[in-house]
Amino acid sequence: MIEIVHLKKSFGEKQVLKDVSLNIPKGKTTCILGGSGSGKSTLIKCLIGLLEATSGQILVDGRDITKIKSEVKLAAVRRRFGYLFQEGALFDSMTVGENVTFGLKYLTDAPSSDYPRIIREKLALVGLKEDVAKLNPSELSGGMKKRVSLARVLAVEPEVILYDEPTTGLDPIMSDIISDLIIELKAKLGVTSVVITHDMHSAFKIADYIAFLYEGNILLYGTPQDFRNTDNPYVKQFVTGSSKGPIHMKLRAE
Amino acid sequence: MFTSIGKYMLYLFTEIGGSAKMLRSCLFWLMRSRFEWAQAVEQSVNIGVDSFGVTALTSLFTGMVLALQAGNTIGNIFGDPIFVGTIVTFSLIRELGPVLTSVVVSGRAGAAVTAQIGTMAVTEQIDALYTLGTNPIRYLVIPRMVGFVFTLPVLTLFSNLFGIVGGYLVSVYALHVPGEVYLTDITSYMGVRDFMHGFIKTFAFAFMIGTVCCYKGISTRGGAEGVGKSTTGAVVTTIVLILVLDYFLTAILTAFGI
Repeated sequence: MIEIVHLKKSFGEKQVLKDVSLNIPKGKTTCILGGSGSGKSTLIKCLIGLLEATSGQILVDGRDITKIKSEVKLAAVRRRFGYLFQEGALFDSMTVGENVTFGLKYLTDAPSSDYPRIIREKLALVGLKEDVAKLNPSELSGGMKKRVSLARVLAVEPEVILYDEPTTGLDPIMSDIISDLIIELKAKLGVTSVVITHDMHSAFKIADYIAFLYEGNILLYGTPQDFRNTDNPYVKQFVTGSSKGPIHMKLRAE
Repeated sequence: MFTSIGKYMLYLFTEIGGSAKMLRSCLFWLMRSRFEWAQAVEQSVNIGVDSFGVTALTSLFTGMVLALQAGNTIGNIFGDPIFVGTIVTFSLIRELGPVLTSVVVSGRAGAAVTAQIGTMAVTEQIDALYTLGTNPIRYLVIPRMVGFVFTLPVLTLFSNLFGIVGGYLVSVYALHVPGEVYLTDITSYMGVRDFMHGFIKTFAFAFMIGTVCCYKGISTRGGAEGVGKSTTGAVVTTIVLILVLDYFLTAILTAFGI
């Protein structure tokens, strides 16, 4: 469904994505693993057109979206994607209900009389009660914020959902609930999911395929089983979460 | 030193270029899509309500101090405080009304706009707007620009009125000028031309405040510290530009006989 071909992205002198090629199959969950600063968020922001790629192609059903320069045409492509932001990115000037229905006004023809039903359905889908709709985002816990944000994504019924570190900052139980939710949504709605994470437990649980991003390149792509059995020292160190190995993270500025 | 000047010039032109790009985008979305009426009304009300009290108080005392200074100075020269109404109204309508109101609006509503949009930028809410099919220029910037352009002239009008009332109070109760004389001084020597002079200025100031504050907000990076820097930068830039623009506008409008 989505094919990334020799994608490069630089910010000034700094090359964040050096040469990324990756295939994201339809209806499957692909996890992109990598440490902090490895370019994971940059990669999915390029996927949805929030960042412009320096070179390379992103083919969505064969159409290269990096060539689309018109904001209106790009918006039509974005219509097919949903994006779950790391901190939820809920609009704090609106209630939960208004947040959930926000995209409907711009992306769908749904009449406003349907909004209460949609709020009820989508909140239920992420395991929240209808009365949450009246609350403000500031009254929600971290896990609830992520679930409301997911309900907002689901309201516009995207074909692809991009999850930016969905379990970061949550306790282990809430992380597992979010992982279950991702699996459930794939089964119920058949959506294609791309999940950026460094949570190995979650990645092994939800992924059909995993790609390991290191210093702007994909080091390994395969099934969770391939990742468990790999001999690649970089991947092995990351999977086991060891401080000993070829990946050196600086503790102090040198 | 040359490096510093070069860096500053680069920063300055980046900011001007960024603002121009944002304005082009405003024009594009204004013509391409439906106008966010509800947002524009909400923003106009916010800007008006936010700034009305401070504007009224500032103008009242400006009118009072103008009357006191003018009355005492003229009284010392000519023996009587004459033309106090003319001096107060002339200064207010052509200069102080538009300038002071714009400075107050920039510090109050302008700062709030930059801080709000800036916070949205650093918490990915602006990216979220894109992903939900909404262009932030259309949804956030245009309604606020419209809010400034509609509200500032109205606020200036009230500001002038409060200033004239302040001048009246001091003239009548402190300088003992008869109220009718104060009012006749206004109506005899002031015309529509003077009113237009100030009115045109407020539109230019409003447009500039909207552009700078929205641009500073939307280009905010770097968390809470970034929001603070943008907000301070927006207020300082707008206040300096109000005074600079004021000179050039006065020169141009006077040259055109307004």
